[in-house]
Amino acid sequence: MSGCGLHCLKMTDIGVTVGGRTLLENINIHAHCGELTAIIGRNGAGKSTLLKALLGEIHHGGKVEFSGHAGAPVRNKRPRIGYVPQSLSLDESSPATVYDLLVSLTSAYPVFLPRRRKLVQRLRAHLERFNADQLLDQPAGRLSGGELQRVLLAAATLPCPDLLLLDEPVSGVDRAGLQEFYGLLEELRQREDMVILLVSHDLEYVRTHADRVVLLDKTVEAVGSPEQVFATEAFSRAFGQKEGV
Amino acid sequence: MLQALGEMFTYDFMQRALWGVLLIMPLFSLLGTLIVNRGMSFFSDALGHSALTGVGLGVLLGMTDQTPAMLLFAVVFALLMNAIRRLRLSSTDTVIGVFSACGVALGLVLLSRTGFSGYQALLIGDILSITNSQLWVLGGTLIAVVLLWLLCFNGFFAVSVSPSLARSRSLPVRWLDDLFVAVVAIVVMLAIRWVGLLMINAMLILPAAAARNVARGMRGYTFLSLVFALFSGLLGLTLSYLNGVATGPTIVLVGAAVFFGTFLLNRKNG
Repeated sequence: MSGCGLHCLKMTDIGVTVGGRTLLENINIHAHCGELTAIIGRNGAGKSTLLKALLGEIHHGGKVEFSGHAGAPVRNKRPRIGYVPQSLSLDESSPATVYDLLVSLTSAYPVFLPRRRKLVQRLRAHLERFNADQLLDQPAGRLSGGELQRVLLAAATLPCPDLLLLDEPVSGVDRAGLQEFYGLLEELRQREDMVILLVSHDLEYVRTHADRVVLLDKTVEAVGSPEQVFATEAFSRAFGQKEGV
Repeated sequence: MLQALGEMFTYDFMQRALWGVLLIMPLFSLLGTLIVNRGMSFFSDALGHSALTGVGLGVLLGMTDQTPAMLLFAVVFALLMNAIRRLRLSSTDTVIGVFSACGVALGLVLLSRTGFSGYQALLIGDILSITNSQLWVLGGTLIAVVLLWLLCFNGFFAVSVSPSLARSRSLPVRWLDDLFVAVVAIVVMLAIRWVGLLMINAMLILPAAAARNVARGMRGYTFLSLVFALFSGLLGLTLSYLNGVATGPTIVLVGAAVFFGTFLLNRKNG
């Protein structure tokens, strides 16, 4: 199923202030279903903060609205959010496996009890879509950066969310891993009915794959198609001329 | 020695001590897995130290059994420390250290008014003096914790892995976080008289730390932590009886031996 283009996420005048410091102000973003909206900006520009505000983890001012087809609310409660964090608090010595991670996030069945065959089959089938079914029994803290991203994307889409928020890691994922991850994301964008917001550090990917780009530096410095945003002065200031289009 | 072993459980106090070990060690093993996962061993250590202030407050209020004062103070202390932990300051460790020091100092000041000598047992603990009614309380606590684990373990675990990710799944992150530390506070206070302030954190941490050396998966981790906890408890109780030494520290020494054994096994297996 391709995106219907009717779901929309509307952020109006979003501001975040922590301990007297303004991290974000006057953020107005409109993102649509079936579109990949990339959020770019220098380090400390407030990209991850914006995602955390959307998750409700940080108190924010302004309004976040999510409307469904023909402007109707998607459901009575808030939209279902899928979130892919930059990293997890799991070190190499952690015994937690991918199974534990997925079950704890998606099922009420306690992870410390004997496994249920149906649950394992369901998880394996879902992981297969992300080329990660062979990782089910691997310790999650020992996965490579690319493997972890695929597993987290699988977790975020079980079940399929209305809004997918991705906070791409700054480092730790190799080129091949990133390519595979982007391929899966592209597939999701085309097939599923969701709004995708991606915080990205990969300007080349953003240039070729994003539908809309938001350049952030505490506030929205530029917004539009990649060509439009990459041609702005604000973009040159943030990233330097040579990385421009 | 065989004769001594045969006689061991003919004494009522040893039978009660055995039940004490069979109830306390599983409780510790369940809590310990998450404490170690969350990197909170310093936190639970500080919590144990707050028992002194709890007893001191109980004495000040004229209570003959200071347990309610200990429970109340420990839960408030734990929630306060958790609020500070949530601020994610670079100095969180230092702040918890200050809390820990205050817990001990305030307790000693309060108890020194009436003479500290009567409360020294709190430091080392004495499982041999546990009574039947106290065993019932521990049994009820164990059942409550098992039920809580069946309902909330996935949430506790998810929050420990990534609070943001847990929040995206609509889990009540803050509530789960506070519930967990409150439960740790309650269990620590109910057990501290029997295992001692100086040893309680080691007993909480060691079985889980040893299990973490060799387990794969949360199921194996929980199961091995339980096995190591019961093994350390039963062997420690037996060895302390045979050698006429303190029970709590002996259990800790056995637990430490298990930890080092599994550590070496882990190294050997790469």
